[in-house]
Amino acid sequence: MGRLQEIAASAAQQKRKLLIPYLVAGDPNVEASLALMHGLAAAGADVIELGIPFSDPASDGPVIQRGVERALKSKTTLTDSLELVARFRADNSDTAVVLMGYLNPIEIMGYEAFSDKARQVGVDGVLVVDMPPAESAGLHQALRAAGLETIYLVAPTTTDKRAQSIVEHCSGYLYYVSLKGVTGAALSDSDLIAERIQALRSMTDLPIVIGFGIKDADSARAMGAISDGVIIGSALVERIAGLSADAVPEAAQVEDICSLIALARQALDTLE
Amino acid sequence: MAEAVTENKGFDGPDASGHFGPYGGIFVGETLIDAVEELAEVYKELSADKAFWDEFNYELKHYVGRPSPLYFAERLTAASKGAQIWLKREDLNHTGAHKVNNTIGQALLAKRMGKKRIIAETGAGQHGVASATVAARLGLECHVYMGAEDVERQAPNVYRMKLLGANVIAVDSGSRTLKDAMNEALRDWATNVDNTYYIIGTVAGPHPYPQLVRDFQCVIGREAREQSLAQIGRLPDALVACVGGGSNAIGLFHPFLSDSEVAMYGVEAGGNGLETGEHAAPLSAGKPGVLHGNRTYLMSDEAGQILETHSVSAGLDYPGVGPEHAWLKDLKRVNYVAATDSEAMQAFHQLTRLEGIIPALESSHAVAYAMKLAADMKPDQSIVINLSGRGDKDIETVARLEGIKL
Repeated sequence: MGRLQEIAASAAQQKRKLLIPYLVAGDPNVEASLALMHGLAAAGADVIELGIPFSDPASDGPVIQRGVERALKSKTTLTDSLELVARFRADNSDTAVVLMGYLNPIEIMGYEAFSDKARQVGVDGVLVVDMPPAESAGLHQALRAAGLETIYLVAPTTTDKRAQSIVEHCSGYLYYVSLKGVTGAALSDSDLIAERIQALRSMTDLPIVIGFGIKDADSARAMGAISDGVIIGSALVERIAGLSADAVPEAAQVEDICSLIALARQALDTLE
Repeated sequence: MAEAVTENKGFDGPDASGHFGPYGGIFVGETLIDAVEELAEVYKELSADKAFWDEFNYELKHYVGRPSPLYFAERLTAASKGAQIWLKREDLNHTGAHKVNNTIGQALLAKRMGKKRIIAETGAGQHGVASATVAARLGLECHVYMGAEDVERQAPNVYRMKLLGANVIAVDSGSRTLKDAMNEALRDWATNVDNTYYIIGTVAGPHPYPQLVRDFQCVIGREAREQSLAQIGRLPDALVACVGGGSNAIGLFHPFLSDSEVAMYGVEAGGNGLETGEHAAPLSAGKPGVLHGNRTYLMSDEAGQILETHSVSAGLDYPGVGPEHAWLKDLKRVNYVAATDSEAMQAFHQLTRLEGIIPALESSHAVAYAMKLAADMKPDQSIVINLSGRGDKDIETVARLEGIKL
């Protein structure tokens, strides 16, 4: 069993909700990202989603776009993102790391080279936002051969038929997008979301986590109550935006930023 | 590179999943998949529906003013000292370019699908104007995304769109040009997918866009083929068209693909020269990758980041190209070449002075290459250039480059 599966299994056993913060690798520089990753783990993150900077993030809202632009300004590449994970792993073997990004940088590196490198540095799973299952055969095979989880999104617009095919491709956890739109938009009706999650449960035993629109402890608790965990992205990236581009953040700054995640952890831990 | 399905080996693409050889496909976020698949279904039905094409052809005839003439450019031919040069006059269409052929087709699709709100991306503003025009004609709400830098560079077209009732949204992210406008349009579509139709302006994007935009633009090549037989007495020896995303080129080329005696040249924007890296010529100097919903040739760096492009012509200033062109390049059916900014500028002036036709800077790239090509051919041979648009929109750019203040 891989690290991500072990984390999910033990969370399920302890009735603990998965807490998954997202940050962009190299936003505003790689040293800051490394400090933040350790800070997030200390604040109670089970999994860290690490965004790979891409020049054209067409599925992301303005907050994450700006984070990506800061990362590109610090010239952070896919190779740098992988090295960042290697450095994180030197001091942390408990927290899962999922790379999230767009296909082109992976395509240019080569599917097998990417998968091998990702496994070597201690990546646990990969989520490519612009690669639906129908186009995924080659990369999927390379990732699975390297023992990496392949995570997919299900959206409110996903038909049941498609959802069935997605869960067949998906491993690690299933990422349910809570709303129509891009990252960072406002959360919609939680009853509708709960209904959809119930429907997905009948298709898969994978943990189902909710992302898009979760910004604080209250929304984390509300979404955690109807799922197996939550992803917090834009709200965290918004806080990171305050860091200086050229400096390594001080411990107090890291703790302050990661307090968002610590509070979400507390809120989730009040749930049964 | 990719492993994608390669069922169609010929010119009859795309296959059922939207691939031209290894290119094309559907690479968008999950939120948009259902919308793209719905569009593919609807288009599949409508493309077999005679009433739909009758309505399309009626609009082309009475609203656009088709067929556009095939014109013998006698003095340009004399100046080139070689093959006869003929111009397919898409510049004479309503709104002044080939773009309207596609926007009419897609607006009719939007209407059939019951979508009241349309969005579009635009670079120079030609596709934005063509979208705003058909939106006005059909009473649809229209929002056009345009890079903030292009909004500044193309003020007359921005005002034209506003006059037509469109809302123009300046996009401030990324390089603030066409590719960023397309990113923003995709974000809008994902957010408003229930009531919104996205009119993509070229033969790129996720399946079925490369197919349906091509089908709407093929009127150019079908007319040119008939006109060649009637006016030249046989098929032309060569076709020449500029390639940005590649919609005017595919529109001209496609109906001739099986005519093996007809050579084809797609002319990309060579900018300051391919050797400088400052250009917009992914087929000539790029490599395959994935952007904006499809796999195709792209200009990207070693890390996979999309590069900023350069061309004197805003309409060619795009780092990707339609997937069918990528396939036609690999099949060696079409020759992809480049013309530099200065070659295009020179051709712009030559056509203007010799024929009294001011061409768009985009089309000037095709004129530049065709004149070189003609010189190496015999006087009894003939070349058809797709004169994809008129140059009124470019006169400020030309004046500025020549240090003249209007």
